[in-house]
Amino acid sequence: MIAKAPKSSRETILAKIRAALPQSAPLPELEATGPWQTFEDREARFSEVLKFVGGQTVHVKTVAEADAHLRTLEPWAKGKVRCTMVPGLGDTTFDLKAINDPHQLENVDYAVLRGHFCVAENGAIWVTDDTVHHRVLYFIPQHISLVVPASQIVNNMHEAYARIRIGEHRFAGFISGPSKTADIEQSLVIGAHGARSLTVYLIDEL
Amino acid sequence: MAHPALAQAFVDNRERAQWHDKALWFVREKRDRMASSVPEWELLRETASNIKRHTQSRMAEYLEQFEANATKNGIVVHWAADAHEHNEIVLSILRRHSVKRLVKSKSMLTEECHLNPFLEEHGIDVVDSDLGERIVQLRKETPSHIVLPAIHIRKEEVGECFHEHLGTEKGASDPNYLTEAARNHLRERFCRADAGLTGVNFAIAETGGIVICTNEGNADLGVGLPKIHIACMGMEKLLPRAKDLSVFLRLLARSATGQPVTTYSSHFHGPQPGCEMHVVIVDNGRSEILKSPEFRRSLDCIRCGACMNTCPVYRRSGGHSYEATVPGPIGSILTPLQTPEKHNTLPFACTLCGSCTDVCPVKIDLHQQLFTLRELLDNKRLIGTSKKLSMKVVSGVMSRTWLFNLLGGIARASLRFMPRFLIYNPLNAWGKQRDLPDAPKQSFRQQYAERQKQKGGGKS
Repeated sequence: MIAKAPKSSRETILAKIRAALPQSAPLPELEATGPWQTFEDREARFSEVLKFVGGQTVHVKTVAEADAHLRTLEPWAKGKVRCTMVPGLGDTTFDLKAINDPHQLENVDYAVLRGHFCVAENGAIWVTDDTVHHRVLYFIPQHISLVVPASQIVNNMHEAYARIRIGEHRFAGFISGPSKTADIEQSLVIGAHGARSLTVYLIDEL
Repeated sequence: MAHPALAQAFVDNRERAQWHDKALWFVREKRDRMASSVPEWELLRETASNIKRHTQSRMAEYLEQFEANATKNGIVVHWAADAHEHNEIVLSILRRHSVKRLVKSKSMLTEECHLNPFLEEHGIDVVDSDLGERIVQLRKETPSHIVLPAIHIRKEEVGECFHEHLGTEKGASDPNYLTEAARNHLRERFCRADAGLTGVNFAIAETGGIVICTNEGNADLGVGLPKIHIACMGMEKLLPRAKDLSVFLRLLARSATGQPVTTYSSHFHGPQPGCEMHVVIVDNGRSEILKSPEFRRSLDCIRCGACMNTCPVYRRSGGHSYEATVPGPIGSILTPLQTPEKHNTLPFACTLCGSCTDVCPVKIDLHQQLFTLRELLDNKRLIGTSKKLSMKVVSGVMSRTWLFNLLGGIARASLRFMPRFLIYNPLNAWGKQRDLPDAPKQSFRQQYAERQKQKGGGKS
């Protein structure tokens, strides 16, 4: 059998779609300040939802205070291989810049990473690849912390998308809680493939 | 085998059928709690539906826009007219890079195209990395649900399967312990993989990128380590603008599992430095469905699975009874549209209760489409004789008042006076798992006439 050239399939598919001609319909306007859910206390809502999805929020004034708190966390203290993207918060036990292959990050126990802002409605934090050397750092460490300026909490996803420029980063995303699964009899288990715990530091002076 | 026969086999194990029913209803209840906690829920559904309707009306234009922008981002875009071409494209990418080991995250499209057996035939080691999919893969089964692939399997059975394949302790069935074992087993696979393959939840025309949602983080680990990322998408996954995601991400996880949002909602707009990213856009019958005014809205589906969790037939007959990649109400539309001969019983695996339509986050008129589909199958002469005959009988009775009244009277009397063994006989399918309600002494017509008479009497 002769394989069809990809080009021709493209033309065939597009021609078929054009022939289908569904009735035209207007694209809804989507304003960030639409009739969407807002919260009087965004931080309280964020913390509550993050707790519900298995994470924890710690609000501190300074990076030094966050550092002191991090050192009390068992996964950090027990972790042998650690790294941080926030100077003064935790430490880095290996030469991160020397890592060319993300596979070398396989044994990272704890990573302290930057988040840009939080979303109150669903406990999500927006992260982008320009703050890490390898995007897999959000997913491969056994435990992670995300560090966000305390003032940066939006109400909902509409406000979130209004402030980010999608496409600016090759990788970006929302992270809401530690990795989890309920694939065995609907029993929730924290720590599926990604981080086993997520601690979010909201810092006033960052 | 047809759905009724397979469903019969499922309900024969009464205890398991009831357990399955409860497990799914639990998910449905979680969805309800989430939906009711968002005041603008109905507006979100309406908006999502309108965005999808608009996208369909300009599908070709948006696909071209997506292709152009994705290409600018350094993504290689491929087009596949059918499953065969899709599989060939994936294989050719893997061969070009001498890939031996492929890690996959969940993609119902690749199930639809039967990609795994195809690649395995060509010597590629394929590992499904979603926990539920890994379980069904090790058991040599197919997913029975699109979001919860292993919902039909008991933890003891997972324990046995893992004991055999992953060397867990015999008899162990604790989900924490089993998940930990799978985590360690799959970590090793992630690290050894030469390429990662994912599905696509949303593709954005305006920015030329894709969004993938998972809770486990398996898609991100799967594509973050190797140099090749292949993402396979049905062409209907398209959205015009990035901000449309705000609506769909608010709806998806809440509808699917009752979570506020998935743990990871990852936006990919190009390969990592020194790596390759491919997107395969697949038609495989979708443009045919797009042609039909009655059924095109079924392409709006975002694969949340809410219609399955709520469906009284799905919950009690199990996903495998549908013999379809996508089971449940939405699958009972999509599948017979593609293969009406093989799947002619699916539109009848429905009580027309409309619960699926009520929960659908993009407002697909599921039960109405299922009803219309029955007519289509009838026109194609694809309805079984027993079903046709019983319909003829019912229609004959319903169109003759005297006969309807006569039979109604006989039925009411029989239900009251006949001995139990005569009523609950093997021919009475309605009495198999439940008692029939007590028969009223009078028909509705009689009761109504009497009421009118009393009313009239009171006035005069």
